Amino acid sequence: MTLAIRAKAPKFTLPDTEGRDHSLPEGRVTAVVFTCNHCPYALAWHDRILQVARDYDDVRFFAINPNDAERYPGDSYEAMRERVERDGGWPLPYLHDESQEVARGYGAKTTPHVFVLDAEGAVRYAGAPDADHRDSGLEAAWLREALDAVLAGEDPARAETEPVGCSVKWRS
Amino acid sequence: MRVEFLWWDGCPSHPEALAELRDVLRSEDLDPDLIERREIETDEEAARERFPGSPTILIDGEDVIPHDDGEPFSLTCRVYRLRDGRYSAIPDPDDVRAAVRQAKENR
Repeated sequence: MTLAIRAKAPKFTLPDTEGRDHSLPEGRVTAVVFTCNHCPYALAWHDRILQVARDYDDVRFFAINPNDAERYPGDSYEAMRERVERDGGWPLPYLHDESQEVARGYGAKTTPHVFVLDAEGAVRYAGAPDADHRDSGLEAAWLREALDAVLAGEDPARAETEPVGCSVKWRS
Repeated sequence: MRVEFLWWDGCPSHPEALAELRDVLRSEDLDPDLIERREIETDEEAARERFPGSPTILIDGEDVIPHDDGEPFSLTCRVYRLRDGRYSAIPDPDDVRAAVRQAKENR
């Protein structure tokens, strides 16, 4: 089950594509995006999410790939590394959730599935980046709205939306 | 003309893709009810049907968007590129229309 709004998000430490560990920070607004390499929804929203990460210097961003790489080799750690390298780097770390424990802890359903946490680590938004993966003009508006509200100390007008994308590929 | 629509329920794109396929057929004066819908439910079925992902549209047995030879056949959402290069979970309707017209010309 997806974490409820205002529930405390589980802490984590996961490796990025360079092998460096990253942990959920304390005292900082954070966006956690479960995503992957092989899903068309994740790919379609990817540039919009990266642009949000560039636009919000005061927010910590993490992209996390939780998919079972045995059944979906395109989501292997090596494939993640190659993708980031091919792109010349990303403005946010791309983390490998090999055990899938972080995705389970958050109750991630799809790639992408976006969570915005306040400075106390409580979930304030969960759902899709915006209303349509095919409309790049939407610019991840729901994610931006949630970040603006949380940074201003307010409740997001839309705290939850239905995540849309490929199901997280759980190990069998 | 034989129009087949192959889909997997684990990918949410199929209702929209089917609606767009029906629109394309209507716009080409073809009956949308001629679409044969087939749900792919297992990896074995995906391999047998040479199903590269959901949705897949075949016109007279030919994929409207030819897939790469190395692409695995499995239960997954299929990655499409729109004509402007953007990624999509649904094929570009203009590509589907072009495949329908080609099939009409080939008859």
